[in-house]
Amino acid sequence: MSERKIYIQDVTLRDGMHAIRHQYDKKQLKDLAISLDRAGVDAIEISHGDGLNGGSFNYGFGAHTDWDWLEGVSEQLNHSVLTTLLLPGIGTIKDLKRAHDLGVKSVRIATHCTEADVSKQHIEAAKDLGMDVGGFLMMAHMNEPTKLAEQAKLMESYGADCVYVTDSAGALMMDGVADRIKAFKDVLNSDTEIGIHCHHNLSLGVANTIVAMQHGATRLDASLAGMGAGAGNCPLEVLVAVLNKMGIEHNSNLDQLMNLADDVIRPLQERPVRVDRETLSLGYAGVYSSFLLHSERAAQKYGLKTFEILQELGNRKMVGGQEDMIVDVALDMLKKK
Amino acid sequence: MPAFLVIAEKRMKKKVAIIGSGNIGTDLMIKIMRTSDKLEMGCFVGIDPESDGLARAKRMGVDTCSTGIDGLLKMPIWNDIEVVFDATSAKAHLYNFGKIKAFTKKKMVDLTPAAIGPYVVPAISFDEDLRKKIGIELDLKNTSNVNMVTCGGQATIPIVAAVSRITKVHYGEIVASIASKSAGPGTRANIDEFTETTSEAIEKVGGATKGKAIIILNPAEPPLVMRDTVFTLSEQADREAIRQSIHDVVAEVQKYVPGYTLHQEVQFDDISDDNPVFIEGVGYKSGLKTTVLLQVIGAGHYLPEYAGNLDIMTSAALAVGEKLVG
Repeated sequence: MSERKIYIQDVTLRDGMHAIRHQYDKKQLKDLAISLDRAGVDAIEISHGDGLNGGSFNYGFGAHTDWDWLEGVSEQLNHSVLTTLLLPGIGTIKDLKRAHDLGVKSVRIATHCTEADVSKQHIEAAKDLGMDVGGFLMMAHMNEPTKLAEQAKLMESYGADCVYVTDSAGALMMDGVADRIKAFKDVLNSDTEIGIHCHHNLSLGVANTIVAMQHGATRLDASLAGMGAGAGNCPLEVLVAVLNKMGIEHNSNLDQLMNLADDVIRPLQERPVRVDRETLSLGYAGVYSSFLLHSERAAQKYGLKTFEILQELGNRKMVGGQEDMIVDVALDMLKKK
Repeated sequence: MPAFLVIAEKRMKKKVAIIGSGNIGTDLMIKIMRTSDKLEMGCFVGIDPESDGLARAKRMGVDTCSTGIDGLLKMPIWNDIEVVFDATSAKAHLYNFGKIKAFTKKKMVDLTPAAIGPYVVPAISFDEDLRKKIGIELDLKNTSNVNMVTCGGQATIPIVAAVSRITKVHYGEIVASIASKSAGPGTRANIDEFTETTSEAIEKVGGATKGKAIIILNPAEPPLVMRDTVFTLSEQADREAIRQSIHDVVAEVQKYVPGYTLHQEVQFDDISDDNPVFIEGVGYKSGLKTTVLLQVIGAGHYLPEYAGNLDIMTSAALAVGEKLVG
């Protein structure tokens, strides 16, 4: 098989939404997209943190609609592919078409790691629109490698160009990542790409991304200063530095990314995006990283401890998107007190 | 009961047909046979002779047809059928209703998201006072096709309506979480239909200016019971009146879905004027946020108790079928 070049997708303007309650200002977001493009990042993902049409009481209302954020960005990009995210059950094909009309060329269709079949109509619709499509298998730690690979194969059969191991809870260790990527390699066609999306809750964001790459993943997700849910994603500038040290070919410029991370992104963070007691709990208990700020708010409102709420959410096997159960858990914990 | 009374009662029951031998159709059949004193099975119709649903019907002694609506129309029993429940798919429903609509005396209850006819949610649609307060017009007697919205809609829209009868609801949002095992292939292949149909019915039946629906599949083992959460943003109003209205409507739903309960007391939050939320299609809004956390335990007819989504859909459809013949 010929060596495929590494493709770096930035998620600062999508996963990063979680870290600031989906409150990027429209101009700020556009400026960042342009800066990322000039720094040579291959793809830039833009949408509400929970994908197109994610704005809601359940996930938080954005400062703008997805359409306002996306409008006028594609025209400004020279190198980067404009991408977005869609979670079936939250966004619909109508939303996808609207994003496509705004110049979005690539989309990731995300489902829980056992529910790939709900993505069929969306992947097919995206392919009909001529888009590049990634299948995004979230909470990948909750499904064993061979079973996860079966789900990846389904997404491939619907038309996905790439399938991701998506460690939404930042709970996978390096072996767990390697085993899943290897299982993907075993079943996917050689022209289907493999991607990796990490969260840094166990401080393994960069390590896991590199391990995935060493086992054949070619599409790597990262964000400036790790801007993302929980302890954030694989920090983009760190990843690029490591790739440089390893002598891996890519298109991104380290200096520009380091400056953006520290001069632009870190000052935006209301709550520092880092590994601390709360975000470590996410990775340790295997809980969806986006639950963090919602759980902190519930803890404050009901006088409870955030990490205890997170642990209970893990015990109850809640999956991505069940943010409504955070208040439910909090009220149950209050009753027990 | 003496034998002649049993026979007399049986005669009074109206015959129905169910089209669609998946989870919903099969559960509805079992419900009709076990619980209805107004309806009885005339024919159970599928298109796959090997389906579990058709096998179940045969074992239960129900006449079956494995060639869809076209087969049913050729059967002698067709003349006696008064209500046809359609538990196929939106696309199949268009075909099925096309075949049936010439038979003007027969009523069709549509359990697919096709929604040719008006949406019906028993706790709202059967309550004339409530309907008037929200401004929903519905003439069941002269309607030949009614639609059952979605499982999540049946569970949550009564709550939206309960707030609507007290104060103006600008926005209603619902989250339905169901066990993966309870979502059949039809539901999975058409998840957008759930989102779109439910959103629209939140507006049309729930009385909200803008509706939004989210569905989550959870694969946990053992399977988790169906949970539904309703958020409304309304004008400020007497919280106790809203709370009481919600408790009342829950009691109404419980009459046809015994496993339907409030899992927590109603929660209220102020959305202040200086910190409004930005809702797509509505704009910046402040007011009263009401959160209602529900649980639906199924009756355990075709699928086990976790499948509250199945139970609330078929229980509501049964209630509508009984209303149409009664």
